[in-house]
Amino acid sequence: MARVTGILGKKVGMTQLFDSKGDVRPATVLQAGPCVVTQHKLATRDGYEAAQLGLVEFVKEKNLSKPMRGHFAKNNLPPVKFLREVGLEIDPDQEANGAVKVGDRVLVDIFEGEKFVDIVGVSKGRGFAGVVKRHHFAGGPKSHGSMFQITGSIGSSAFPSRVFKGMRMSGHMGDARVTVRNLRILGVDKEENLLVIEGSVPGPNGGYLIISKSKKPPRERRGFAGSATVDPLKAAKRAAKKG
Amino acid sequence: MRNQVIEKLLAKTRRTDLPSFDSGDTVRVQVKIREGEKERLQAFEGVVIACSKGAQASFTVRKISFGQGVERIFPLNCKVIDKVDVLRSSKVRRAKLYYLRGLKGRAARLRDAE
Repeated sequence: MARVTGILGKKVGMTQLFDSKGDVRPATVLQAGPCVVTQHKLATRDGYEAAQLGLVEFVKEKNLSKPMRGHFAKNNLPPVKFLREVGLEIDPDQEANGAVKVGDRVLVDIFEGEKFVDIVGVSKGRGFAGVVKRHHFAGGPKSHGSMFQITGSIGSSAFPSRVFKGMRMSGHMGDARVTVRNLRILGVDKEENLLVIEGSVPGPNGGYLIISKSKKPPRERRGFAGSATVDPLKAAKRAAKKG
Repeated sequence: MRNQVIEKLLAKTRRTDLPSFDSGDTVRVQVKIREGEKERLQAFEGVVIACSKGAQASFTVRKISFGQGVERIFPLNCKVIDKVDVLRSSKVRRAKLYYLRGLKGRAARLRDAE
C-alpha cells in the first residue's frame, strides 16, 4: 500500500510545554492539514512517484488563476491556495497503485507513532543585511574613529587581482526555503488537526510548511539505540574468550 | 502573545489546585526533588515579588538565606511544585516588588494586609 509520507501545514506559534521530567521545553504548535490529494504523480507518466497535496482552507475561487481552477474542476476538488508534492511510502507486499486516490483526505494521524519530523518552510526575510548579521562577522572596535560593522578587506591586490567567488559580503538575507530535520514530536491532536513539535520552525506565524516523516532520523528511531548496538566483530571475540 | 489555538491547547495542562496569591504574599512552595529513584519535598519560603499571568504564568519568590538574597522563579503550571501555602499577605502598592532587592533587614519589611 502506498501511503503519503507528509502533510502541509501552517505555523501557529511557539509556547512552552513541560516534559515528563518536569523540565520546560520550547514547543511550536503547527496546524497540520486537513489536506486533500489533488494529483497522483506516476513513475510511468511523470517519471517519479509522488502525491500532490492541497491544504484545505477557505479561498475564494475568483482569487485563483484560471489554470488552477481547471486543475481543481477536473476532479471536483475544493479550491485551495497552497499546493505541494510529498513523497510516498510504498509497501512492496501490496499493490503499489490504487492506494493513493485523488480526493483522498490526509490528516495529522499519519504522524501517530512517529517520533521525528522534517519541516520545510520559508524563513523570515531580513532584507539587505550587513555582514555582522548575515555572516556573523565580529565587527570592529566601537571607538577611535572606526566604523562599527564593516566588512574590512575582501582580498589582496596584484594577486589575485579579483575577488574570490563565494566571498561573504552584505546582501539579501532570509526569505529562502529552509529545511529543518529531526524535530521531535511532542503531541498530535487529531480533533484540532494540531501537531506540537519541540524547537523552532522556519518562517513567521501563519507561514506555510511542508511537514514530512523524518528522512534520516537519529539512531534511536532506526532501531539500534544504546545498549542494543552490537559490533559483530567484538561480540565474536567476546564469545571466543568465554568459550 | 495571545493565540486562541495555543491557549486552548495549554488549558489542558493548566493547574487549578494551587491557591491564588499575589505580589507581597509570603508563601511556602513545596518543591519535588528527585534523588535517584526517591522523591522528596523541599520547601522554599519567601515573599512573592512578581507574578505573571496568562497561559505561561510564573511567579518569583525572594528570601534571605544566610544573609544572602535568593530568588527563584517558578512556572505556575509546572509539575515540580507539589503545593503552595500562603502564610501571610501584605499590603503593597505595586505589582513588582523589585525595590526589595535594594533593602535589608527592617527596611525590607512589608505591612500586613487588613
